[in-house]
Amino acid sequence: MKDRDTILKRVRDGLAETPERTPYPEYDPACAVMRQPHEFSSLWELFAWRMKSVNGVPLHGWNALGDFLRERALKFGYCDPEYTEAIAAVCGSLDITERFDRNDLDRYEFGITAAAGAIAETGTIVLTDAATRPRLAALAPWIHIAILQEDDIWPDSPTALKRLGDDPSVIWVTGPSKTADVEGILIEGVHGPGVQVCCVV
Amino acid sequence: MKSTKAYPTRQPVDRYASDLSPSVQESVYNASKLKTEARVDALQRDFADPDANRRLAGAIKQHTLDHLDTYLEQAESSLRENGAAVHWASDAESANQIILGIMQRNDCRRMVKSKSMVSEETELVPFLEKNGMEAVETDLGEYIVQIDHDHPSHIVTPIIHKNRQEIARSFEREGLGAYDDDPTVITRRARDYLRSKYLEADVGLTGANFVSAESGRIVLVTNEGNARFSMAAPRIHIALVGIEKLVPKDRDLSLFLSLLARSATAQCLTVYTQFIGGPRHRTQRDGPEKMHVVFLDNRRTEVLSGDCRKILRCIRCGACMNVCPVYRQASGHAYRGVYPGPVGAVLSPLLKGKEFPELADLPKASSLCGACNEVCPVDIPIPELLLRLRNRAKHEHVSLAARGTPSMGIWARAASSPGAWKTALSAGRLLNVVPHGFLNLSSPARAWQSSRKLPPFRGGAFRKWMRERNPPKNGVPSPDRKSEPDS
Repeated sequence: MKDRDTILKRVRDGLAETPERTPYPEYDPACAVMRQPHEFSSLWELFAWRMKSVNGVPLHGWNALGDFLRERALKFGYCDPEYTEAIAAVCGSLDITERFDRNDLDRYEFGITAAAGAIAETGTIVLTDAATRPRLAALAPWIHIAILQEDDIWPDSPTALKRLGDDPSVIWVTGPSKTADVEGILIEGVHGPGVQVCCVV
Repeated sequence: MKSTKAYPTRQPVDRYASDLSPSVQESVYNASKLKTEARVDALQRDFADPDANRRLAGAIKQHTLDHLDTYLEQAESSLRENGAAVHWASDAESANQIILGIMQRNDCRRMVKSKSMVSEETELVPFLEKNGMEAVETDLGEYIVQIDHDHPSHIVTPIIHKNRQEIARSFEREGLGAYDDDPTVITRRARDYLRSKYLEADVGLTGANFVSAESGRIVLVTNEGNARFSMAAPRIHIALVGIEKLVPKDRDLSLFLSLLARSATAQCLTVYTQFIGGPRHRTQRDGPEKMHVVFLDNRRTEVLSGDCRKILRCIRCGACMNVCPVYRQASGHAYRGVYPGPVGAVLSPLLKGKEFPELADLPKASSLCGACNEVCPVDIPIPELLLRLRNRAKHEHVSLAARGTPSMGIWARAASSPGAWKTALSAGRLLNVVPHGFLNLSSPARAWQSSRKLPPFRGGAFRKWMRERNPPKNGVPSPDRKSEPDS
């Protein structure tokens, strides 16, 4: 506790002679919401357009997801128990498991988990600890597929901040994992998914 | 340092710049220029008045700093409510000891590290290694810095000074596969190798981009996903946080996140923005069972007390270095501290404390062009702060800072005696006829003159105009002037 008291005392002493302390500015967080290039007919339209602009894959409906899985000739992956039935119905040839083994991370071609929301403004998917289980299944496989209820698309980031709730790990995902560390060249799929899908149902 | 001999009066930053290989200089120049342009495009495209947002963010940060005692205590209690243990470290040594202590008490041997400039400040990795721990950097750039025993040269893109061939050779040397300089191959190899490190690790260490005092949420942004992995596989999470990282409320975060992502990499949002409010959820299988937050002072309170408090607003986006003409020529290592570029030229000497003279030359490595202030997402008046530090160096008689600067003594004597001034002006006309090579008597003059041409000397015109103008009537100058002054 010695360091705590020392630091707080230094802060107080350092601030003591501040002639005028800057007040907290009154402002509307909407000032941080970006303008869009044109009108969109729905939040889903805006979200999908934005998600594509960051190289994400927005899909509408289970059938679209079935087509995606078949086109990529995927065989094996993890699926949240909540969705196994729906997935089996649209893509019967898949071998899906409800068990994610952390010692065999690279066996899973994809992970299907829930998203808790989305931000239309930026094409962002919102994952939470309570909804997205387990953490590694949404992170380690090359393809992550987030399942989202259409009503959970929020207009902008200030709205999403109001919905943080009491979840201990809220993650905003805007496109696939990427880096430009090597000569500024964009490479996708560094530690997280190289393909980021969001399927609205 | 071959050029030291050739130019004994040169500042250290000049020496670094001239010793830089052409290929490194080119990659630093091109990368930083591209980022500057992309940043402007993103802000102009997305906002009607991006400058208003910068000023607002600056005011919020300034407010937070001016009330830091209140917000620190509020953050501490919010973090505790979230189930995190809060530690305080007055200096680097104390922070490192706290982290080592947490690892020892929990039988931990291995750490995976997400990118954190504060941990560079405390030199955490070498400290842990000395104490028998393994600590692996997981950001691709930082990992390459680590295997090369190098230092980051940029706070956002740490290996801006390396090309793919060098990286490929390092990977080959580390046994990560045969030489291949394809950036995709390099990235995949790092992905595969670091996965095993995440899974073995007991501790994930991160920094924090922001901490909301209101909710105690730690906010972290990464593009690669390494911070996510560091908090998905290991059982303990430690966040090492500078005390200036606070923001008052959750609602402030959209403004800061929108400015940070655009200023750093011209993105609307960084790929992963994490809001961490404690250990994992009771229904979650992955993630830390325990969370520790270490608040670090390390002379920040000294900066807070002085006349450069505004530098503590910095949110580490790197825009000032990308735009800086000196950084583009000299690259990051020239700044000899954790923080390069204009922000480093202010912050690094200040964080040195009594060893301020070692880096007192940095505030002089600037033409005071003001570009750093114009791009700063929290509107830090960097040129003004550089001038304050130059003043401090002058008052403390720091010889390093004075190196290469002609003495002002002769000028001061001439300027305080009208006769001497007049003579100097007449003599000045000689400059237009004497070959300038004859003038390079003193070393500073030679260093200056070697790369520049003097303009034609036109002094004395103002005095001539004063003499020839109509005398004032009743103290008011006559409007019918013969000629306009030109100097």
